[in-house]
Amino acid sequence: MTVQEPTQQQLNQERWRDVPLEFEAIVVGAGPAGLAAAYTLAKGGVKTLLIERGDFPGSKNVMGGILYSYPTHQIIPDFWKEAPLERPIVEQRAWLLAEESVVSIGFKDPGFYEEPYNNFSVFRSRFDRWMANKVVEAGATLITETVVTDFLFDERADRRRVAGVVTNREQGEIRAQVVLICEGANSILTQRLGLQEDLSPGDLAVGVKEVIALPKGAIEDRFNVEKGQGATIELIGESTQGMFGMGWIYTNKDTLSIGVGVMINQLSRSGMNPNTVLEKMKQHPAVRPLLAGGETKEYLAKIIPEGGYHQVPKLYAHGVLICGDAAMLVNGVHREGSNLAMTSGKLAAETVIEAKKKGDFSSVTLKAYHDRLQDSFILKDLKKYENASALLQSNPHFFTLYPKLARYSARELFTVDNVPKKDKQKKIWHEVTSRRGIWNIAGDMYRLWRTLG
Amino acid sequence: MTAKKKKSPKAPPSAFTEKTVPPITDNPERSDTKAHEQIPLESIEAPKNLPAHGIWVYIEQLQGEVAPVSWELMGVGRQLADKLNCPLSGVLLGHDIQPLTELAFQYGADTLYAIDDPMLKPYTNECHSIALVQLCQAHHPEILLIGATTTGRDLSGSVATALRTGLTADCTQLDVDVDNRKLLQTRPAFGGNILATILCRDRWPQMATVRPRVFSKPEKQPERSGAVVWSDLGLDPSKTVMEVVERILDERTEGYLDEADIIVAGGRGLGSKDNFKLVEKLAQAIGGMIGASRPAVESGWAPYSHQVGQTGLTVRPKLYIAAGISGAIQHLVGMQNSDVIVAINKDPDAPIFRVATYGIVGDAATLLPAITQELGARMHGAPLGTERQL
Amino acid sequence: MNIAVCLKQVPDTSEVRINPKTNTLMREGIPSIINPYDVHALEEALTIRDRLGGRVTVLTMGPPQATDSLRKAISYGADHAILLTDRAFAGSDTLATSYILAGALGRLMDREPLDLIFCGKQAIDGDTAQVGPGIASRLGWPLLTYVTKIDGIDPTNQVFQVQRKIEVGREVVRCRLPALVTVVKEINEIRYAPLPDLIRAAHYPVEVWTNADLGLDASQLGLKGSPTWVNKISTPPMREKGEVLAGSDVAPAETARILADKLIPHIVVPNR
Repeated sequence: MTVQEPTQQQLNQERWRDVPLEFEAIVVGAGPAGLAAAYTLAKGGVKTLLIERGDFPGSKNVMGGILYSYPTHQIIPDFWKEAPLERPIVEQRAWLLAEESVVSIGFKDPGFYEEPYNNFSVFRSRFDRWMANKVVEAGATLITETVVTDFLFDERADRRRVAGVVTNREQGEIRAQVVLICEGANSILTQRLGLQEDLSPGDLAVGVKEVIALPKGAIEDRFNVEKGQGATIELIGESTQGMFGMGWIYTNKDTLSIGVGVMINQLSRSGMNPNTVLEKMKQHPAVRPLLAGGETKEYLAKIIPEGGYHQVPKLYAHGVLICGDAAMLVNGVHREGSNLAMTSGKLAAETVIEAKKKGDFSSVTLKAYHDRLQDSFILKDLKKYENASALLQSNPHFFTLYPKLARYSARELFTVDNVPKKDKQKKIWHEVTSRRGIWNIAGDMYRLWRTLG
Repeated sequence: MTAKKKKSPKAPPSAFTEKTVPPITDNPERSDTKAHEQIPLESIEAPKNLPAHGIWVYIEQLQGEVAPVSWELMGVGRQLADKLNCPLSGVLLGHDIQPLTELAFQYGADTLYAIDDPMLKPYTNECHSIALVQLCQAHHPEILLIGATTTGRDLSGSVATALRTGLTADCTQLDVDVDNRKLLQTRPAFGGNILATILCRDRWPQMATVRPRVFSKPEKQPERSGAVVWSDLGLDPSKTVMEVVERILDERTEGYLDEADIIVAGGRGLGSKDNFKLVEKLAQAIGGMIGASRPAVESGWAPYSHQVGQTGLTVRPKLYIAAGISGAIQHLVGMQNSDVIVAINKDPDAPIFRVATYGIVGDAATLLPAITQELGARMHGAPLGTERQL
Repeated sequence: MNIAVCLKQVPDTSEVRINPKTNTLMREGIPSIINPYDVHALEEALTIRDRLGGRVTVLTMGPPQATDSLRKAISYGADHAILLTDRAFAGSDTLATSYILAGALGRLMDREPLDLIFCGKQAIDGDTAQVGPGIASRLGWPLLTYVTKIDGIDPTNQVFQVQRKIEVGREVVRCRLPALVTVVKEINEIRYAPLPDLIRAAHYPVEVWTNADLGLDASQLGLKGSPTWVNKISTPPMREKGEVLAGSDVAPAETARILADKLIPHIVVPNR
C-alpha cells in the first residue's frame, strides 16, 4: 500500500494560517488615491496592505461621475478595454442658468469617441471595485470593513517615525515601513499627525447627487449624441441658488447622474439643505425635460475639500505620505478631484518604491513626493487657482447677477423684433452697466482673469 | 394512479439518521432532455392523459383558527378551477379539525382532503410535510396553492422538493393558460423593479405561495357543502424526530415593519412628539404599524427601528399613510412601491404628493384625529374608543 | 460538532440587470455581498463550534467571484471553504440548487460527519426561502426554519432545542441531530474578525468543486434541471397620477369621510 502524497491544495490548506503578517507599505483607504497607490506599489514589488473601511472597495466612494482618461491610462494602461465604464464623453456643455432661461456654450468632438478617449462617465463605486481586483491581481493584500483609528510610532533617537497603524479590530495593530494616508475628505488621521488643522466650513463643499434611470434611446435623443456616446452639462448660477458652487448632469448608459456641489458655509448661511438646492435645479425649465419620466434609483452625497492651494497640508513626514482628498488635492474650479487623487497616489507610490531601494523611509527621502507633485499639473493647477475660491466666494454676483445679465443680453440679441442690432447692443450695455457699475464689472473681469486666466 | 407516479420520493423527510445523500431518483421517464432554452408558451403541448387533476388549497390552521390567507387562496382557486374546468379542493391537516371542515366548502371548495391525527397537532414541518406529500402522491393535484406565511413557507419548500416539482414564492398574480394548463405565476423580482411570470414545466403539482392580502377573501356561502375525503397519516409516533415543547404567543403581535401591510408614518411636519402620538393612534385603529421619516426619528419621536427610507427600512405595504412627511428622496426610495399612498402635508408642493395615490393638503395634526375616528368607526362598525380588538 | 453553512453571494443594492435573452440575472459587474441572513447563520455555527469544538465548513454555489464571500467567511473564523462552480450549475432554480448543495454536502460527509447545517432564512435577491428546506428534504434531515435562538445542544444524546418564529409568536422545538436550521437576523450579533485572521483570510486557498467532483446527474442541473422558468418579464404598471382629495378649506371630518371612502376597499380585515 502506497502512501498518498498530499496534494498542493492540501498543503495550502494547512499553510495559509502561517502567512507572515509583514508589510512594507500600508495604504489607508481604497478610494481613487489609495487604489492607484496600492496598484503602483504592488506592481513595483512592494509588499502592500490596503485597508478599506467600507463593505467592499468602492462602497464609500462617490464622485460626480467623470473619469479622465489620460491620468487613468498613466496608472493602468488601456483601462478602457476592460474597466466598467458608462459612456465616453464627446460633448461638454456649460450652462449659465437664470431663473427661467439658460445661456449655453459647448464643445463637441466625435474624435473623443476613439482611443485614447478624453473622459468617461462612470460609477465610481463600480469602477473602484474593478480597480481593486487589479490591485489584488498585482499582488497587494486587501482587507475591508476595517477602520484605521491611529498610528504606531517608533520613537528612536530624536525622531518620531510612523511605523504602522492601529485598527478597530481585535489584535488590530499592524506594522509597516511606510503608511500612505488616502482617507478622503474627513482627514482625521492627517489631523492626528498634526499635518492638517481642523477644516472650516469655508474649506469644504458638499456634493449631492441622484442617479435617475431613463431608457438608453431617450438619453441619446435628449442629449443629441450617437448611440453609446455621452455628454456632460455643467450648470452655473441659478443651479446653486446663486451660491458658490456648480451643478452637473452626466449621461450614463441608462441613467443620468445629476448633482450640485455647494460650499458648506454658504449653505448654512442660506439656511437651505443641499437636497433642496438639487430639487430646485431639477425643476428648472431647462433641466426638467431632460429628466422627464426618469425614476430616481440612488441618492449619494460627498464632502469635497475645496480649500485649495493654501489648505494643502504638509504632504509627508517620517514614514508617512498623504494623498488625494486628505491632502486637499481638489481643483474646485475645474471640478477635478479623482484624477488628482489617482495621480497623487501614483506619485506617492513611486516615491515609496525609490525609498525602498534606498532603504530609507524618513521624511528626507519622502519629500521627493512633494517635489513630484510640485512638478506635476496637480500643484501647478492648484497654485494657479489659489485665489479663485476666495474671489468667487466673496463676490456672490458671479453666481447671481452675471447669469441674469447673460440671460438678459442673450434674450435681447436673440429676440427678433426688428430693432436694429446696434440699438440692441446699446440697450444691453445700458442695462448691464445700470445693474453693476462699469468699473465694478471691469474690476470683476480683471480679477477673474488674474485668478483663473 | 399511473405507473409514472409510483416511484416518488424514496426518502420522505423522516429518514433523519442517514448521513449520506439518499439516491435521488427523479422521474427517470420524465428525465426531461428537452432543449433548455426558453420555450415559448404556445409551443408546449398539453400532456396527454394528464395524471394530475384539480386545484388544491392548503388550509393553514392554528389551534382551530384558519389563517385568512387560506380563504383568500380559495377565492382565487375558484376562479382558476372554473377556467380549467376542474374541481377545487381544500387540504386540511391537524387534530380535532372536524369543526373546520364545513368552512372549506362555504368558502368555495368542492372537495376536502383531510387527515386528522394527534401527530399533526401542533404543526411540525416533519409530520405536515409527510402528510401533504402523501396526499399529493395519492391524488395528484394539478396545482397546489399555499399561503406565504412562516408556516406556509416552511411547509412548501419541503413538499416541493420531496415531490421534485417547481415552486414559486410570494406570487402577486395567478392565472392559468387554459390550452396547456399552465399556472401563470407572477411575482415581483429584484426589489419590485420588475414582475416575473414563472411557469413550471412537466412537473406536478405546480406549486405557488401567495402573500396574505394579495387576493380578497370570497363571500362565505353558508349553504354550500361537499364531500370530505379522510386519510390516515400512518406514522409511528415513536419515530418522530421533532417535538414542539412550548408555544409562546406574542401579547402584542407587533410584526416587522418591512412585512407590515399597513403603515402610518409621521414626519417633522407633525411638529411635536405629542402630535406624533396621533400617528400611533391611527395605526392602532386600522391595524397598521408605525413608520417615521428620518427627521422624526432624529427628533426622538420614534425609534430607529421604525425609520423608513434610504438609511432605514424599505417597505412595501398595501397602504402607506404619510402624515407631515415632505418626501425627501431618501424617504421616497424606501416607500414608493407601496400599493396605495396617502399623503397629508401642508405644503402643496411637497415632493411626497408626486408619489401619492391620494393627497390631502392640510395640517396632519388637525386631520389625523378625524381620520382615525372615521376609519376606526367604519372598520369596527363602532366608534373608536370601544377598544375592539381586530 | 461539525457544522456546514450554506452561503449565497447576492448582488448588493438594487443595481441588477437582467439578460434579455435568457431572462436570468446578470451578476457581472454588480457588487456582491454575502446574503445578510447567511452571515448570521455562520455566526451561530461559529459560536457553537467555539463552545463544543469541531469544524465549520462554508459552501457556496456561484461563479468564481464568490470566492470573495468565502474568504470573508474564513476571516470570521470558518475552518474551511468550498466553492461549487460549474457552467452546468448556471441558471439553476431552487430545486436544482438544493440538488447541487445536497450533493456537495453528501460529498463533504464522505470526508467528515456533519451534525448541523445552517442556512439563512432566505436570500435577499430571490426571497424564496426554498433552498434550505430543499436541502433538508433531499438529505432526509429534520428542518427547523426561522430559528431565533438555539437553547441548547446535547451532543451525547444527539438532540438540541431551538426557538423559532411563527406567525403569532414563537415556539420551542426539540429535535434530533443531525438537522438543518435556517436562521433570522435576531438570532445573534455578528462579531468582527481579528485583524490577523482578516489578513490571512485574504490568502486562503478556497477548495473548488465542479460537477466532475460531485458527479451529479446532468439532467437535474442548471436550466435543464429547473422545472420553473421565467416566461415573461414585465415592468410594474407606472404609478398613476395621484388624486387630490380635499384642500385645507374643507372641514377635517368631511376630508376624513372622503378619504375613508377611498381607503376602505384597500383595508380588509388584517390576518391576525
